[in-house]
Amino acid sequence: MSNKKILTDGIIKNNPVFVLLLGMCPALGTTSSAVNGLAMGLATTLVLICSNVVISMLKNFIPDQVRIPGFVVVIATFVTLVQMCMEAYIPALYDSLGLFIPLIVVNCIVLGRAEAFAAKNGVFSSSLDGISIGLGFTLALTLLGMFREFLGTGKLFDFAIYPEQYGSLIFVLAPGAFIALGFLIAIVNKLKN
Amino acid sequence: MFVSLTAICAVAAASLATVNELTSAPIAAMKKQKLENAIKIVVPAFDNSPTEEAYFVASANGDSIKIYPATKDGKLVGNAIESSSMLGYSGEIKIIIGFDVEGKIVDYAVLQHAETPGLGDKMQAWFRSDKNNQNILGRDLSTGLLKLNKDGGDVDAITAATISSRAFIEAVNKAYLVQSGSSDAFSGATVDADSAATSAY
Repeated sequence: MSNKKILTDGIIKNNPVFVLLLGMCPALGTTSSAVNGLAMGLATTLVLICSNVVISMLKNFIPDQVRIPGFVVVIATFVTLVQMCMEAYIPALYDSLGLFIPLIVVNCIVLGRAEAFAAKNGVFSSSLDGISIGLGFTLALTLLGMFREFLGTGKLFDFAIYPEQYGSLIFVLAPGAFIALGFLIAIVNKLKN
Repeated sequence: MFVSLTAICAVAAASLATVNELTSAPIAAMKKQKLENAIKIVVPAFDNSPTEEAYFVASANGDSIKIYPATKDGKLVGNAIESSSMLGYSGEIKIIIGFDVEGKIVDYAVLQHAETPGLGDKMQAWFRSDKNNQNILGRDLSTGLLKLNKDGGDVDAITAATISSRAFIEAVNKAYLVQSGSSDAFSGATVDADSAATSAY
């Protein structure tokens, strides 16, 4: 597989949220605003790149029988590192996302890429895969966040477009997440064909 | 198999310990800064260090509540009180609220909550805006505890978030009772107010 293909696959053809339907929990839970979605996507991307690189380096060292626990320890370590750094240096972001950061550990995208890609490929292509899947995830979360924030509160990236009282609150709440995601997947499917 | 898993865990533990060591100081400093900023907002101007003089007082139902006294030139100008309520829609609501020496609310800040975005989370702005009977700033609680209009009082609840509003008001009342209980001037009224508060919820 060429490097260019690895890079574009994760963003469009194998987009984790819109096509593979992985990582639904953070995708629905954190996207009440575009900024939150973007931040969650970037945090996941960082973890994904780090874990992909480390796991591709360790792939010959970890025996097959214990690879899943090994991967989970590596991923959990990186997530905790990200969480501690975020709490120390970007407290404002930590306030709105703190609850969801530990969830990256059980995000099936991260474990899925470790198992499906990093455990079989070299360090360089694994890091490319991490970047590509991560950006795809970030793109999807940001789109979903923009959609929900715009319809729910009339804002886009905290910038008021129309008065808040005309927004329909349901899009900020959980049911709106499902509705918005469904429509976005439909649009993506239509565009893909 | 065991060797590799043990090695991975050891490396993971070592890196976590290192980063924890590096970040614990900024995290603690940041939390203290945040608290101090909140105290500055909720009490009149002071020249002491309320976080260092903070003390705990037991509330009517046995919680210990933290009080940050603010003094100027050695005289008490107000108390910032960390209060909380478990009556909210989801999880604990933690607020800090300041009273001046007369028992009037100076200002408040919401420290922590997990209320519904777009509904209950409006409380940070709601109870300070001058619309109808929303504003609680400057209210004197010695004439009676706060109550929502739905409960026969005169504070407007947040639209579509009565539960969150009720929890917020409970936290405010709790703070007031603790502060009035701690100063002798109100000791006579405290018992009545306590029973009023428990029966209201």
